[in-house]
Amino acid sequence: MHTSATERITDWAVWAFLWGFRILVLLIVVVGTIQSLRSGQYTSDQWIDFVVFGIARGSIYAVLALGYTMVYGILRMINFAHGDVFMAGAFAGYFVANGFSRTGFLERQPVVALLIAVLFAMLVSTTIAVVLERIAYRPLRAAPRLVPLISALGASFFIEYSFRGFFGPGVYAYPAVAPLAGEFNILGIGVLKMQALVVVAAVIMMAILYTIVMRTKIGKAMRAVSENKDVARLMGIDVDRTIVATFAIGAAMAGAGGVLFGLMFHQVNFLSGFVPGIKAFAAAVLGGIGNVVGAMVGGMVLGVFESVGPALFLGGVGIIRPYQLQDAIAYIMLVLVLLFRPSGILGERLSTKKA
Amino acid sequence: MKRTFSLVSLLVLASMVLAACGTPTAAPTTPPTAAGPEPTTPPEPAAFECTDAIGCVDIAPGDPIHIAFWGVLSGADASLGTDSQYGVEIAIDDAGGTLLGHDVQLTTEDALCTPEGGATAAQKLAADPTIVALIGSSCSDETVGGIAALTAAGLTTISPSNTRPALTAPDRGPDYAGYLRTAHSDAFQGKTVAEFAYNVLGVRKAATIHDGSAYAQALQQVFVDNFKALGGEVVAQEAVKKDDTDMHTVLTTIAAAAPEFLYYPIFIAAGGYITAQAKEVAGLENVTLMGSDGMFSPDFLTAGGAATQDMYLSSPDFSLFPAGYQTFVDKYKAKYGTAPLSIFHAHAYDATNIIFEAIKKVAVVDADGTVHIGRQALRDAIYATKDFQGITGTLTCSENGDCGAPVIAVYQIVNSDAASWNPGTNPKKVYP
Amino acid sequence: MTMTTADRRWRISDSIRIGLVGGIFAVYLCLIGIVEALGDRSVIEKLVSVGQTLLLLTAFGTGYFAAQQALAAGASRKTVTSLLASLLAGLGTGLLLGLLVLLGYLVNVRAVFINVSPALLDSLTLGLGISGVWLPVAVMAFVGLMGGVVRALPASVRSPLIVGLGAVVLGGLFSGLVRPPMIALKGTPEKVARFLMGPTGLTPWGAVIVFAVVAAIDITIFQASSPVRKSYRELPPNRRKIARGTLLVLAILMAIVLPRGSGPFIAQVVVLICLSALMGLGMNITLGFAGLLDLGFVAFFAVGAYTVGMLTSYGEFGLAHLPFWVVLPIAVLVAMLTGAFLGLPVLGIRGDYLAIATLGFGEVVRLLAGSDFLAPWLGGPQGVIGIQKPCLGWLGPFVGTDVPRVCHGIELGGPKEIYYLALICVLIVALVAIRLRDSRLGRAWMAIREDEDVAQGLGVNLIQTKLMAYVLGASFAGLSGAIFAVLVGSIFASSMQLLVSINVVAIVVVGGMGSIPGVIVGSLALIGLPEAFREFSAYRLLFYGAALIVVMIARPAGLWPSVITKRELHVDLDDETDPAASPSAASE
Repeated sequence: MHTSATERITDWAVWAFLWGFRILVLLIVVVGTIQSLRSGQYTSDQWIDFVVFGIARGSIYAVLALGYTMVYGILRMINFAHGDVFMAGAFAGYFVANGFSRTGFLERQPVVALLIAVLFAMLVSTTIAVVLERIAYRPLRAAPRLVPLISALGASFFIEYSFRGFFGPGVYAYPAVAPLAGEFNILGIGVLKMQALVVVAAVIMMAILYTIVMRTKIGKAMRAVSENKDVARLMGIDVDRTIVATFAIGAAMAGAGGVLFGLMFHQVNFLSGFVPGIKAFAAAVLGGIGNVVGAMVGGMVLGVFESVGPALFLGGVGIIRPYQLQDAIAYIMLVLVLLFRPSGILGERLSTKKA
Repeated sequence: MKRTFSLVSLLVLASMVLAACGTPTAAPTTPPTAAGPEPTTPPEPAAFECTDAIGCVDIAPGDPIHIAFWGVLSGADASLGTDSQYGVEIAIDDAGGTLLGHDVQLTTEDALCTPEGGATAAQKLAADPTIVALIGSSCSDETVGGIAALTAAGLTTISPSNTRPALTAPDRGPDYAGYLRTAHSDAFQGKTVAEFAYNVLGVRKAATIHDGSAYAQALQQVFVDNFKALGGEVVAQEAVKKDDTDMHTVLTTIAAAAPEFLYYPIFIAAGGYITAQAKEVAGLENVTLMGSDGMFSPDFLTAGGAATQDMYLSSPDFSLFPAGYQTFVDKYKAKYGTAPLSIFHAHAYDATNIIFEAIKKVAVVDADGTVHIGRQALRDAIYATKDFQGITGTLTCSENGDCGAPVIAVYQIVNSDAASWNPGTNPKKVYP
Repeated sequence: MTMTTADRRWRISDSIRIGLVGGIFAVYLCLIGIVEALGDRSVIEKLVSVGQTLLLLTAFGTGYFAAQQALAAGASRKTVTSLLASLLAGLGTGLLLGLLVLLGYLVNVRAVFINVSPALLDSLTLGLGISGVWLPVAVMAFVGLMGGVVRALPASVRSPLIVGLGAVVLGGLFSGLVRPPMIALKGTPEKVARFLMGPTGLTPWGAVIVFAVVAAIDITIFQASSPVRKSYRELPPNRRKIARGTLLVLAILMAIVLPRGSGPFIAQVVVLICLSALMGLGMNITLGFAGLLDLGFVAFFAVGAYTVGMLTSYGEFGLAHLPFWVVLPIAVLVAMLTGAFLGLPVLGIRGDYLAIATLGFGEVVRLLAGSDFLAPWLGGPQGVIGIQKPCLGWLGPFVGTDVPRVCHGIELGGPKEIYYLALICVLIVALVAIRLRDSRLGRAWMAIREDEDVAQGLGVNLIQTKLMAYVLGASFAGLSGAIFAVLVGSIFASSMQLLVSINVVAIVVVGGMGSIPGVIVGSLALIGLPEAFREFSAYRLLFYGAALIVVMIARPAGLWPSVITKRELHVDLDDETDPAASPSAASE
């Protein structure tokens, strides 16, 4: 293979640009950090708060990313409607919680009431996801890769605007749950009870999912289908059932996540799933898409960077209103990570055929 | 190739239909002559002749009087436009669905809260010669994009919810000849809030948050300028995004600046998140919170929960809203099964009624029931609106198109239960 | 669809299942509020509202399919069985709807589903209240039966009947689009419009005429045995070419006079279609040819628009007050540079990782454009306003802020004039795209789309080839943004939503990956149709979403697949074959 002079020059220019890009970002990070730490604008307690808030925020991303990652691992398909399945769960949980709150059951038996709300939300989310799989995805399993992506986008709009039709464009707010108000004191750090709950729930969900994928029969089937659908079928695995189970489990996680979201932030409306959905997708990619633990790590990293970044990096280099650019931090960090590790933090080296 | 053939033939068919439907010029009924006097005389037996400078609408017996609403009906801001649309529909219901013996027909156009959405909606409405007048748009951006097309078509629109000051500035230009609003300009609101904070609350260190919308950004800037002019200090000006949910971090940054007063004139969703989470951030527990009319709704109490207790909201002065407002809200709830979705439903109701009044004033009714409405005459009549008794107050339109009563009051929430929402008692008026 | 039904006998449960699916759909229509919201829009004035039509169509459809299925199952006494099946299906649909009505009267369903209002219930029982619960059941069962009757008719009768009925429904829906411009014409067109169409839909006479005319057209032209088709097929090849050429010339002529005749709205919509087609053609290079999924395409559009805005605006943020024609190439150039700048970091990223990385870049550009940080230059939330319109002629000098420069000549001020600019740009860009596709570079793109490593092994320089794809794709999008800026006259960061990028990807995939006419068809379908459905404002995106799913399932290769894709999918997409047959072949 011959390389002409121009090709060598472009290659060199690209190489220089990429390193320039990395160094620039690094410079902003370092200078920003030094500046904002030196300015003493924030106390050390406030820095700890930033990190704690970031972990809580990341946990919500992580819960959603779990579903993304599972579906992707098996079908190599970005299920854009996953965020909307999450929104549906939040709505379902709202109606149960609100009903219980009116009858006073929520105050008398908060744990039971919330469990019922979570279960109902999981049920609704799972139903929607399974129907979706049957109608919008299954007929497209053999189609070119982008076709199910567009179908998923369509499904996303369809769910969002169906819910707008059902419940109107207004905001619905979860009732306040007394035992979840206030904060714990863990090692001298004040942590909101709600945030602690979200983090714990996310970790538990990840553990359950990990066990399902690694230890159960259906998990084994999932891994087999993920490797090669045709071979799995030859081995006697019911591919359709395995895929439906994947969707159902992912959706159940999303439904539970929806209720957590509702309890933490109180409000739901028909577009509540859109932004978290995209962030969760980013988190899944960041952690290495297709990898359950990666989804968790990706979510946490994304959450913490989003939380700390505006104050630490951007505020430090003198950018005004840094919170407008919070998402920009997340995305640029994502690109940086992908530059160094093209398949995410915990991602396997993709064989090029799969990509 | 067959495919090409069938496509081409379809295209030809379609364009023939369109060409048949259209005309090079949407000619007014008569050549534009000098504007005649307003045709207020009772109908002559002789045939009506249009002498209006920009044409007339003729409504034959049995045809409806056609008005339109344009505003945001989909996407994240849908509740703003839908709320106004409901106000218009109730106004039509209250008129018995008829005007001058004709049914009233309402067309709605989604303008998407963007300038190009506004432009597209306006082009479509401008192409319909049966439309008499319009209510809209919802977002100021839509008006910026669409108003030229409407004015050029001889139409007049009254916005219930645009608050950008420039839209009714004296130098707003001839494109805005067909534009009025019943909403107030933010130039008044920001000033009132600054005076309240400095003089009544006695705070000297303030912080603000906006959500990146043209409305909030301009309003908080008006506040900041006025607050500084009074001698106060603005220690932090931050911004979030409309679709943010987790505000803990931005609030921590604000807490680091140690303000006494936090003003965030944004909308219900993000406003609710900030209010609820401000109580959870160390250093902000005792800071006075204040929002504006974008959050003045029982929905905000639901969204913000118990944290809304004791906070302040600025809003049009509801104590000057006549009793009719409460009846209106009852009708709204019965018809749509929800509490008002946003704040400008009453302004939309009034805008519609101003249009109805003006139509009644200028319409010429023939013996057979045909109604003729001169477009310039209608526009003039709307601008001439004086002491109109609406449910947002007594309205008089200025020559720059400001019809809203610019009387802003500050309210305090005394009970965070949304069911107790009743402007006047909860939230209670505290200033002026 | 259901292969198994052929080898077993028809069962009652089959029809009931179809009926229940229809019933769920009917209830869904009521719950999302579309039945009531469209209750005052008519298909036929004062007779049938659009909302009711949707429900009736649902029942008709279930009856039709139930009958079809019964016929396919090969029951004895076919006609009777199929009618029974359709009646059962209609009844099933009706029963679910009746259940909703009953529940609505007895329980406060509205506490959850806000659209189950007394007004809706009354419109379903025609005001009879709870004693009228049987009414929707009976009506739906009857209409279901009608569906079965129509199915039982011979094809030569059935086709014009269904096409005619469909035309009446469409005519009712779109009368609001056709009537106003006709009335504006005065004279005969106005009389015709008033005779055929009322303010909310077709008049009864209008419905009869539309039905008759369309059914007649169906019989004479579109049926396989029609004389027109036959005579066209019998033409010698050179005469066919002439016939096609004539039609092409006619189409071009029509395109030239279109905005003159149609008024500003249609022109505006066509310009928007052209702008998305331009972006689509750009995306077709990066995605369709080179296989690089870019979900941040709006970034280049934004760069083009902001460049024009800042360099031509006579408002506060105008930098240079240049004429549009000078700025246009600059905007394209800046967009290309941005393409290279954003393309470089993601060169080594593949597949879906690339999708999210580029999505991020698009969002970063939007956030920066709307941020207070860059507001002193880009206007932040207040946007860049006062963009100078293009002027064919001599442009007067700049006098001061907020005063447009005077155009001595023809000003392209509104959509009717910008239409030509957009159309010419689309034609030029389409030609460029065709030349690129057939060039060495085009073949290199397709090689890396198929397999990067093999392409590299064959001597394709990955870096250069990919960068060219980004840069050229970006240039088309920048052009689109530049025209957009002068069309609207102001730009705001809020216009640069992720939705724009998603739309462009959808246009390319729905049109057919890598297919240039596909991009045009995709833009017509995904930008043009939603504009035509404006009146359904709140439900537009709902239809859009549903349409994306349906199109993808029915035609996975796109509406107008490229020759290569067709070959790859081994699908015979010749016109003569039944279009419904191809998708199943493709998905198998």
